Amino acid sequence: MPGTDKEYNKSLEKAGRQADSLEFAELMILDALERTESCGGHFREESQTAEGEAKRDDENFSHVSVWKYEGYGKQPEFHKEPLVFENVVLSQRSYK
Amino acid sequence: MKKLAKTINVTLKVWRQRGAEDKGRFDTIAAKNISVHMSFIEMLDTVNEQLTLDGKDPIAFDNDCREGICGTCGAVVDGQAHGPQKATTLCQLHMRKFSDGDTIVVEPFRARAFKVVKDLVVDRSVFDKIIQAGGYISVNTGGAPDGNAIPVSQEIAEKAMDAAACIGCGACVAACPSASAMLFVSGKISQLALLPQGKPEAAMRALSMVRVMDSCGFGNCSNHRECENACPKSLSIVNIARLNREYFKASFFSDEI
Repeated sequence: MPGTDKEYNKSLEKAGRQADSLEFAELMILDALERTESCGGHFREESQTAEGEAKRDDENFSHVSVWKYEGYGKQPEFHKEPLVFENVVLSQRSYK
Repeated sequence: MKKLAKTINVTLKVWRQRGAEDKGRFDTIAAKNISVHMSFIEMLDTVNEQLTLDGKDPIAFDNDCREGICGTCGAVVDGQAHGPQKATTLCQLHMRKFSDGDTIVVEPFRARAFKVVKDLVVDRSVFDKIIQAGGYISVNTGGAPDGNAIPVSQEIAEKAMDAAACIGCGACVAACPSASAMLFVSGKISQLALLPQGKPEAAMRALSMVRVMDSCGFGNCSNHRECENACPKSLSIVNIARLNREYFKASFFSDEI
């Protein structure tokens, strides 16, 4: 890494952004592994309809997964924010 | 056989400054085997790669979109803000405009109001302060209004669009012998004063933006027209005349202080 942290350092700034992207990518993988249903763009082969469409599991996954940063190298803490639908009844989507 | 792109060797006399408190100096750096298809910014990338490999400090410069629309890049090249080509930003200036063996002098946008952060990077956050002082219109949020709900004549729309072309790069300040920001300020003032949506706040805007502009340490316009010449979007100084009219009008005939 050229330069120091004592003055404006573009290379350090770029390295910091790279580190952010890698950390975020890691978190997204963790979240995707935890969510064993298929939902929208998140498609898991073991959770599909007979037609090959995304099959949700609203019983277990009708929530937003919020991950709290617990420090470098530590497992983030999981917080569940339930999704409550008052006016719509959840059903299997069909794009056909 | 495919013909290889023509390459040139140039010598950079580039301004190096570690921070606002550092005195700064010119460094001579050789830029070798530069493809003429490269933009000036890509040439700097190439030079920086070599400097990094040699264990030297790369040249700090600002850039983002690299297509002349964001206003982030900019340096004074051979004495001209954004370089010798008209109506282009530094990222749109190509190395084919230079010849093999040229010495190119590269400096930051110099002005009292723009503190050097490092090398070619200057702090232009004072522009944000000026915009915050009045470079906006107050409207309620909601659905997008119908495009023809407020009629605007073609002539006015064109003038407003021309003024709105400003990308806030700061070349006008760097080019001005008084380091005036009036072309920048007049772009926003004109764009909004011309359109019906901008009229209710026009007086407040003119007084407030000019007040903040003055407090930031920019000089006044003295009709040199260097700004117009350096502007990558060719903003006309007619906008400065309109800024002056808006300012006088607000000073004499409005209730705003």
